Amino acid sequence: MGLTARSDTRIVTHDPESHESWLTTTLDTLVNWSRKNSLWPMPFGTACCAIEFMATAASRFDLARFGMERMSFSPRQADVLICAGRVPFKLAPVIRMIWQQMPQPKWCISMGACASSGGMFDNYAVVQGIDTIIPVDVYVPGCPPRPEGLIYGIRMLQEKITNERMADKLIRDEMEPNSGSGLYIPAAAIDELSEPFGNSVHQTRSGL
Amino acid sequence: MKSRFSAVIPGSAAPDAAAPVTQRNVPNRGGPANPSAADLQNRFGSAIKRVDVIWGETIVYVDPAAVKEIIQWLHDDPAQRYDYLSDVTAVEYRDLERLLEVVWHVRSLPYRRFLRIKAELRKDRPLEVDSVWSIYKGADWLERECYDMFGIKFKGHPDLRRILMWEQYREGYPLRKDFPLRGRFSRAEQLRQALSANPEARYSMEELSIAEAFEDLPEDMRNRLRGGERTGE
Ligand code: SF4
Repeated sequence: MGLTARSDTRIVTHDPESHESWLTTTLDTLVNWSRKNSLWPMPFGTACCAIEFMATAASRFDLARFGMERMSFSPRQADVLICAGRVPFKLAPVIRMIWQQMPQPKWCISMGACASSGGMFDNYAVVQGIDTIIPVDVYVPGCPPRPEGLIYGIRMLQEKITNERMADKLIRDEMEPNSGSGLYIPAAAIDELSEPFGNSVHQTRSGL
Repeated sequence: MKSRFSAVIPGSAAPDAAAPVTQRNVPNRGGPANPSAADLQNRFGSAIKRVDVIWGETIVYVDPAAVKEIIQWLHDDPAQRYDYLSDVTAVEYRDLERLLEVVWHVRSLPYRRFLRIKAELRKDRPLEVDSVWSIYKGADWLERECYDMFGIKFKGHPDLRRILMWEQYREGYPLRKDFPLRGRFSRAEQLRQALSANPEARYSMEELSIAEAFEDLPEDMRNRLRGGERTGE
């Protein structure tokens, strides 16, 4: 009886014995709650990780539990881009175009080592991490990640959505990097900095 | 079921073709050669440089200038009937002295024969060899891939352009030994070039097989196609 705080303390409910029960909360909480429980994924499956993604969506692991069973094969009706697999340079403009076609609010999960960093394919054909093309919210490690891993990543994304605020316009802004701010490092300088590790262009095949 | 299952469909093989056998204890080198090799030597003489049998498969080294003639004969001759081209590819060896080899895999379905034909190209000359597209239409994409990866020009190919890498790719031929594994440009430059491509401008209308429906198209679209327009541009 009376006012009760739910376990999520942002929601307070009142349950009188008459029919007029009510609930009070913030708009943010309500919007975020509905967003996070109906994330429609746009599956961008390019390689072996996509097989594991299919397993996650199938009955045993059942993405429907998270309101995600509705795969959106049109980016215009999707909320979360799940990039499952390596992205070759030839696909780079394609994934960027798909991302641009998705309406706000939108999120991105980078599934697997290849999508997150290029993985073992440190070669001339593969993009070294899709975050060089589009913004990524959650990186799921693994080669491929097990379905539990992907579900954990999805839960993390839901957690992130729960804490978003509508007043914060910045998170929905699609900005070009500002080269005037001290934070922006030009691409050539990044190459220089990362020389011996990820991005060297001087490695040749053995025997030469 | 009366008759036992048979993998051999009667009627597809030539009447005098040898029955299919599973070879056992195949030697590394030597052994019976494909009879077509001897026929080729009789017919083309010095254009056939050498015949090797490795793991039971016959490899014929031929003069690059005679490749098309030889494959045409293999395809047309009623005693050979090599009617299936399974692959066109190339090999560059780590030993830089060795010549670059272009390889054709042809198969004779009626006679159940498989032949590997190799032509050696010198790397200090332009890498050129005749296209077999006019014999096997399936050579189209195989030769394009070989051109894309090795830079070998197939003379007489109707549409020789890159197939795996995008058409504006400027870094070279990725499977050549002098090509660095990570490409020639920096990662940032590679990404910039890749992103500047228009993903919808890759295919011509013909490739999208609109060409077949040409007469059914509206007038303005036909005019645009006649002008050589490509999608997305
Ligand atoms: S991370 Fe592993 S499983 Fe996933 S696309 Fe790359 S190689 Fe395949």
